[in-house]
Amino acid sequence: MWELLYENLEQTVSVILFGIGLTILLLQRNLIRKIIGLNIMDTSVYLFLASMGYINGRKAPIVVDGIQDVEAYINPIPTGLVLTGIVVAVSFTAIMLALTIRLYRRYRTLDIDAIMLLAKGEDA
Amino acid sequence: MSKKRSDWESRPQARIKKWFFDGYSAFDDEIINQISVKTPDPVNHAVYDAYIDEISANKHERKLMIEKFEDQNVRSWINARGRKVFTRFYVILSFLLACLMIFFLLRTVAEMPRFGSETSPGINEVTARYIEKGLDETGAMNIVAGMILDYRAFDTLGESTVLFIAASAVLILLRIDRNKDGSPVMELIAEESDDRHYEPRNDRILQGAAKVLVPIIFLFGIYIILNGHLSPGGGFSGGAIISAGLILYLDSFGFEKAGRFFTYSTFSWVSFISLSFYALAKTYSFYMGANGMESGIPLGTPGAILSSGLILPLNIAVGMVVACTMYIFYALFRKGGL
Amino acid sequence: MSFIQIFLLGMLIVCALAVSLTKNLLTSLIVYMAYSLIMAIIWMMLESPDLAITEAAVGAGITSVLFFVTLKKIHAIKGDREHE
Repeated sequence: MWELLYENLEQTVSVILFGIGLTILLLQRNLIRKIIGLNIMDTSVYLFLASMGYINGRKAPIVVDGIQDVEAYINPIPTGLVLTGIVVAVSFTAIMLALTIRLYRRYRTLDIDAIMLLAKGEDA
Repeated sequence: MSKKRSDWESRPQARIKKWFFDGYSAFDDEIINQISVKTPDPVNHAVYDAYIDEISANKHERKLMIEKFEDQNVRSWINARGRKVFTRFYVILSFLLACLMIFFLLRTVAEMPRFGSETSPGINEVTARYIEKGLDETGAMNIVAGMILDYRAFDTLGESTVLFIAASAVLILLRIDRNKDGSPVMELIAEESDDRHYEPRNDRILQGAAKVLVPIIFLFGIYIILNGHLSPGGGFSGGAIISAGLILYLDSFGFEKAGRFFTYSTFSWVSFISLSFYALAKTYSFYMGANGMESGIPLGTPGAILSSGLILPLNIAVGMVVACTMYIFYALFRKGGL
Repeated sequence: MSFIQIFLLGMLIVCALAVSLTKNLLTSLIVYMAYSLIMAIIWMMLESPDLAITEAAVGAGITSVLFFVTLKKIHAIKGDREHE
């Protein structure tokens, strides 16, 4: 198994990064850290996708010298998908940060558990 | 003794241990005590002080409320130590979940096609079509640009709309309105004085550097947008670079000067015109038959700057939406308005 | 698999761990910025220059700037200790 994992090193690393991001998301109580963890999970999925499209010895999909041969270029489809993903990631990061600022203005803390406790206290 | 203890605490393995075992003790008393003490650094400003006093009064009430609530419901539970065991259990369980997930995904990765192999199932006739016919049908040297702005153009339209909707959501969440007669509300005064407390104002070095850098950054961004169909880049990256130049200008010259050319109406008109132009152009193109059929739009010679049909104007539209959106994100985060 | 590729992938994991283990919020943000830049280099090595440009401009630039402004808003940038 280990040799196979070493051959697929990019995908292995992306899976490990996904686990690290998930752990940050589960265990960190700070909201900013949670958002960074979500971003790390995002990036790991993009790395996985982009590594699926790579082919050894081929070039980036930009036509040079009029060569239009499948044998000459890597797979352009994962690149397009990831390009969409990066831009969507920045917009949801902005929305989550705006929500964080609102929460901080109201409760003066970033700790998710303290915020839950304070919100419960307001309801009671 | 205390020095030794702090020495031990600053070592990495102690920190990891602390993070591992004590990281999730939400219901401890110390956290509830910590909640109330943080206030913003005082600013030499009477109105701001009054605002802070008001917040502090609210906070005191809130703290009393928490204490009451805690006394009623939680106190006995905390002291029974059952909660602590539960949180520790939660930490261990989360680690186990993450490790299990990594393990199973790694088993999957070991079964995946080899990295960089030519026979992986992701490479099929769609890829072949994009590469072999892409230049003839879209006229774009950059196959990725031809793909996302011609074959899959509605995808990109949705993406630009997502950006616009995100900007609207941030606007709803963070905007601070003025009074009816145009005078600023107390919250806005507090935000402004807080903003200026940290910022360098009229900093000579920053302004001199910005005068040199901002035109170059704009030029680079425009180059990347205009060459999106010939070389790497395109609307998204070029728009982000232009917005970086705008943010640098805003940081060095302040909101008054930046407000002379960028207001809410600029944002809404640029976004509206770009998005509707995009939607109309692609609707026309798809209605006329997208896949390389005659639509009356000349493709030009591949490699020239005015070529590849609709891709160049669509890149410009996307770039303008992205630049406006990123800039308005920054302005709203900083001051709650333009 | 060249040495530099293995080194960069290792640095990715180190950065991701450091984000969660550092005490200061500002430090972890700067580490995250470095993570994005390393990612841009890796995409350049995976022959996707479009992604490299976009990641360097959007991921390392705009996202980090938004995070920094948020930190300024919540007054976590001046104090040396983060308030949890």
